[in-house]
Amino acid sequence: MPLSTQLQGDDEQYVLVASLDNARNISNILKAIAFKDHAIFNATPNGLRVTVEDSKCLQANAFIQAEIFQEFTIREDLVGFQVNLTVLLDCLNIFGGTTVPGVSTALRMCYKGYGYPLTLFLEEGGVVTVCKINTEEPEEPIDFEFCSTNVINKVILQSESLKEPFSEMDMTSEVLQITMSPSPPYFRLSTFGMAGNAHYDYPKDSDVMELFRCTKTQTNRYKISLLKPSTKALALSCKVSVRTDSRGFLSLQYLVRNDDGQICFVEYYCCPDEEVE
Amino acid sequence: MKFRGKIVDVACLNHFSRVITTISKLTKMCVLRMTPVHLFFVLSGKVANGGVSMWCELLQANFFDEYQMEGVSAEDNEICLEVTPENLSRALKTVQNAVAVKVKLTKKHCPCLTIAAELPTLSSISRVVTHDVPVDVIPRKLWYEFKEPSMPDFDVSIYLPPLKTMKNVVDRMKNLSNFLVIEANLNGEMNLKIETDLVSVTTHFKDLGNPPWGGDASQDSESQSRDPEAMAEARVDIRRLQQFLMGQQVNPSKAMCNIVHQRVVHLILLHEDVSLQYFIPAVA
Repeated sequence: MPLSTQLQGDDEQYVLVASLDNARNISNILKAIAFKDHAIFNATPNGLRVTVEDSKCLQANAFIQAEIFQEFTIREDLVGFQVNLTVLLDCLNIFGGTTVPGVSTALRMCYKGYGYPLTLFLEEGGVVTVCKINTEEPEEPIDFEFCSTNVINKVILQSESLKEPFSEMDMTSEVLQITMSPSPPYFRLSTFGMAGNAHYDYPKDSDVMELFRCTKTQTNRYKISLLKPSTKALALSCKVSVRTDSRGFLSLQYLVRNDDGQICFVEYYCCPDEEVE
Repeated sequence: MKFRGKIVDVACLNHFSRVITTISKLTKMCVLRMTPVHLFFVLSGKVANGGVSMWCELLQANFFDEYQMEGVSAEDNEICLEVTPENLSRALKTVQNAVAVKVKLTKKHCPCLTIAAELPTLSSISRVVTHDVPVDVIPRKLWYEFKEPSMPDFDVSIYLPPLKTMKNVVDRMKNLSNFLVIEANLNGEMNLKIETDLVSVTTHFKDLGNPPWGGDASQDSESQSRDPEAMAEARVDIRRLQQFLMGQQVNPSKAMCNIVHQRVVHLILLHEDVSLQYFIPAVA
């Protein structure tokens, strides 16, 4: 019996019901931001925004638009709650998260409202799993006040070109320095580790550079330990937009294509480490 | 006390080594009992190993082309050894392409099971690889501990779902909790449940079927009077169940589970000539 017909009767009491034919479409994108246990969920009629933060210096958001879901019903303008992301991911992958074509886990996610658990119904090959994940009081995500009008420099790159520097990044360096400039070296990633300094330069007319819009030379440093989790998003994505604003705040936007070819976004904001003269 | 056996057939050798590997996943140490007809791998439920017990039975004739043994005495024609299955498994894995494998009980610096493998060769000079796996000989007076466990008077007996599916579920549940409740009824339904402060998860399996167990009259009458919907349940240490599910390598033709309500979970894997029983005690 498909989940959709089985549970139709209960729907009225839920403020949020979201169904997916393939749970991997959501579990993959959540993996891209899974670096801390606490995840803040905010659902609006447009879809779902999941936020994870670290040390008030790093914020990651995953956006899953309503269209990604086969069903997305919301009875309020805004539904917010907080759950343990590690637990949620284990639940979503309860059947092993198989990648075998033709086999997928169907998901129905329901939430009754404040104080109730987030209920997941998962089905694969006739086996049904029901998970009730306790919810917590949602915290207010930090507003990084990153506004596109204050963006000084912006580049869009094919993710492939950043995977190597990020996977081989010298972790003995405390910071990653990003230089963006209208003149050479245009876009440069630098580390300062025990074995020496390393620079990755991307010329502005490179094939992997899809957009280059730098107005002013800017050099900012970011804690490498804070940026490391974004590697997960990078691995899943096909394009990445790197932006810095007038305060040196960094925004990384990843375009992620799921199993069904639909597009979702993952976004990382990071505070600069210190001013460089 | 003498033992020597010879395996020639590649399929038999592979099968034998798979069985040993499975056992090595279940326990670090176990007892190998050899009789003229059978080989038994036994783990008796001691507190030190979490009260888990195991009984694995092999017909020697299905594995060995030659099998000669002489027990401690004519009336007790058996040999009882304490072995580390991991060591046996490692020795057998390295000789998978052997032409013939001889297994012998030897006395080197200590008692050993010596595995001598004749490897294929292109020249006339033979290549033989020998592994000495140290064992402990168990004296006659301790044998009583290693008898076949009696079939528990279970409340529900049910066929298990595909072990791969069950393993996936149990592996994830292990991430979330240390204990798991396994429950089943006579309507072919089985549930695996965990509950913690953060989450409760229940996986429902249905249409599994219940083994007939026609032979035993007392259990038969009891199970017929039982409400088919009523669940028998046991709370167990997830790690024990996880270990058992690693035993997929045997590709069992039948996998069953008997539950004694709040007492014990009795798991059985049957594969033609091999049977593996595993007992996991319930915890409060």
